[in-house]
Amino acid sequence: MRFQISSLDFFYGAKQAVFGVNLKIPANKVTALIGPSGCGKSTFLRTLNRMNDTIRHSRYSGEILLDGQDIRQMDVVKLRRRVGMVFQRPNPFPKSIFENVAYGLRINGYNGNLRDHVEHSLRRAALWDEVKDYLHKSAFALSGGQQQRLCIARALAVDPEVLLLDEPCSALDPVTTAKIEELMFQLKDSCTLAIVTHNMQQAARASDFTAFMLDGKLIEHSETPKLFTTPQDPRTEAYITGRFG
Amino acid sequence: MSRARLIWRKSLNAVMLTLTGVAAFSVVSVLFLILGYLVYNGGKSLNWAFFTQLPKPVGETGGGMANAIVGSLKLLLLAAAMGLPVGLMAGVYLAEFGGRTFGFLVRYTTDLLNGVPSIVMGIFAYSLVVIPMRHFSTLAGGVALGIMVIPITLRSTEEFLRSVPGSLREGAMALGASKWRTIATVVLPAARAGIVTGMLLALARVAGETAPLLFTAFGNQFWSPGWNQPISSLPVMIYTYAISPYDDWHRQAWAAGLVLLGLVLVANVGTRVAVSRGGASRGA
Amino acid sequence: MSVDATAMERAPSPWTGRALLRRLAIGDEVAHLVTLIFAFTVILLTSLLVYQLFLNSAASRHAFGWHFWLSRTWDPVFEHFGAAPFIYGTLVTSAISLLIAVPLGLAAAVFLSELAPRSISDTISFLIDLLAAVPSVIFGLLGIFIVVPMMRTMIGPALKDTLGFLPLFQGPNYGVGFLTAGIVLAIMVVPYIISVSREVLLTVPRDQREAALALGATRWESTWKVVVPWARTGITGSVFLALARAVGETMAVTMVIGNDPKIATSLFAPGYTIAAVIANEFTEATGKLYLSSLIELGLVLFMITLILNGCARLLIIATERGGGHP
Repeated sequence: MRFQISSLDFFYGAKQAVFGVNLKIPANKVTALIGPSGCGKSTFLRTLNRMNDTIRHSRYSGEILLDGQDIRQMDVVKLRRRVGMVFQRPNPFPKSIFENVAYGLRINGYNGNLRDHVEHSLRRAALWDEVKDYLHKSAFALSGGQQQRLCIARALAVDPEVLLLDEPCSALDPVTTAKIEELMFQLKDSCTLAIVTHNMQQAARASDFTAFMLDGKLIEHSETPKLFTTPQDPRTEAYITGRFG
Repeated sequence: MSRARLIWRKSLNAVMLTLTGVAAFSVVSVLFLILGYLVYNGGKSLNWAFFTQLPKPVGETGGGMANAIVGSLKLLLLAAAMGLPVGLMAGVYLAEFGGRTFGFLVRYTTDLLNGVPSIVMGIFAYSLVVIPMRHFSTLAGGVALGIMVIPITLRSTEEFLRSVPGSLREGAMALGASKWRTIATVVLPAARAGIVTGMLLALARVAGETAPLLFTAFGNQFWSPGWNQPISSLPVMIYTYAISPYDDWHRQAWAAGLVLLGLVLVANVGTRVAVSRGGASRGA
Repeated sequence: MSVDATAMERAPSPWTGRALLRRLAIGDEVAHLVTLIFAFTVILLTSLLVYQLFLNSAASRHAFGWHFWLSRTWDPVFEHFGAAPFIYGTLVTSAISLLIAVPLGLAAAVFLSELAPRSISDTISFLIDLLAAVPSVIFGLLGIFIVVPMMRTMIGPALKDTLGFLPLFQGPNYGVGFLTAGIVLAIMVVPYIISVSREVLLTVPRDQREAALALGATRWESTWKVVVPWARTGITGSVFLALARAVGETMAVTMVIGNDPKIATSLFAPGYTIAAVIANEFTEATGKLYLSSLIELGLVLFMITLILNGCARLLIIATERGGGHP
């Protein structure tokens, strides 16, 4: 198990957003988090790399263990190098393609061969062939789908053990979405992936495990084929069959 | 509704709407009038001597404003060195770290400082620098202008930093960048164009200020080496020459006015154009 | 290449290079402190300014007390100083400038926001912003050589012919004086009125205009009776802003007002404003009381602009918050 989450409660100030979640995220597999808007899945995902620390008056109780270590005891910078994140909208820096990927390396004090590592990350993100001759062009010259793959490459450059993806394809077209799903499949070998998605078909296609959340609670969690064909909880079934969402 | 009333309303409508157009064009034409007069009267008197020679003693014709031009540059340099860093850093504080009450206090005093009449700023610099030093100096003038630079720089820095989307900051932090790192390597570069514009506009604004220099930098007929002596400046020269009774000095005042306005307008137009073009293609 | 992260931590890895430098905790605290110090400097400077003004005007404040504000004497020889002529001059010139600039500016703003197509409106606004950037001394230059002669030869006689029965327009006309200064000030403050009013007018919702027009109002009626009243708070704010600028204006005024510390009813008479007297007499001020009186005038000016700017800001904030309507 990469992540072990026990009894997680999350609060924005006085408002509770996540209620008593227990979840295990297995290594080298893709875990999908599904559920209707506002059910707390993005909030939950963001606690895993302590991104919610940036929000004032937010706090959580419960335990989150990464490889057995409590993430609250860890240095947050180190944590974020090990647990990377890709956001809903592509957010490349206003720098060149090369500098975007190299950014994480530079700030984390990487002193190996920068160029090689940047190339390697771009290959892992299936973007190298498209940009190899334009590394010094601005990241904004790329299309939306390419920018998102660049953000994935940027996140991969620091060799994270876990990659968190918060609805990474919601701003992208179906063709690009398919490319990214294929990417996720290839990354499994080297990385553990957790993806929040609105798109149930995506979850069904691309993930090994699925967790269904509703109103801040984890309703059901099992292997993807099992959850989608024989859901245990009636609420899960209702959501999957589109009766609400 | 009587027919007469309708005709009255319609004619009133036509007249009023035309008047508003007249008003707008009148105001704009004033700008062109100013430019026209300066180019006509100043252009005649602009010659090589203007830029290279020192002023001649009272009553003699000829001479130039070389010392005033250099003086204005020295004062601007001082003002930039003192005011820009303060404005920049304080702007970073307000945009990135600002607490609620302290941030409000800083913003309030910035607006206050911005509204201080420039002559009062001169009094302030006088009491801060001229009184202890017992004489006028370039330093005093630089201090007066430097303080005036702060509010403009601060406001534009804060505004442009705030306009950088949060997603960029989150992207950097998700890679493990600490807050100051994110600010220094991602946020500031992203806001760079706007911040530099704000700085240039602040400098252009104080370059034309006369009142704060009247009793700080004072004026100087000759060159002013170092920073401790009174120094001549373009705006003060324009003032001194314009109110004098000498025609030759009047001519030179026009020429100086043309140069000063030219610089100020170039700075204003140039930065506006640069920002609007830069905004379309944000790149590395 | 399948990377084992734990192996990376243990082995002599490419990551340990500048690990110490990225000890974020200290870096963030330092950055916070440094920027905070600079921000505090702003507060410090402003407080120091107010303090200095009070300190250096102490001599005259103690000597004259409240009488300073009402006394019309300004006698450096016998050291009797009073602020009345300068307050009068400041008020009169500012009033004249607003009387000219507000209708002119509001009309122009209406044109730019209601009538002109967007591109023309933007270009003209840009040019008017440039007018706001013209240094004061250049307005003074044009004042001396263009407006003053015009006043003497054209405007003055014309006014005398038509309105000469009013005491406002009687008396000798040398070209310099309250009216000339008021006119020059008007040109200097009109861009502020235009730019703020235009912005405020642009925020008036479409359906307001459309409702009026649908009732059969003419364009002008809809603008004057519906749109402008909606924006009236913000427009008033712009007037306060313009007034604050007019009151503090030094160079252009001192070059065309005649610099005579007298209260006169005629607008053609030379006068003096607070800012102008400080500019002219500061370097000549011999004696502590003289200088102190000038600084007290500076304090008065500071207070006036403080209040005016404060009102302006409140009004403009009220517009942004309440959408402008009462």
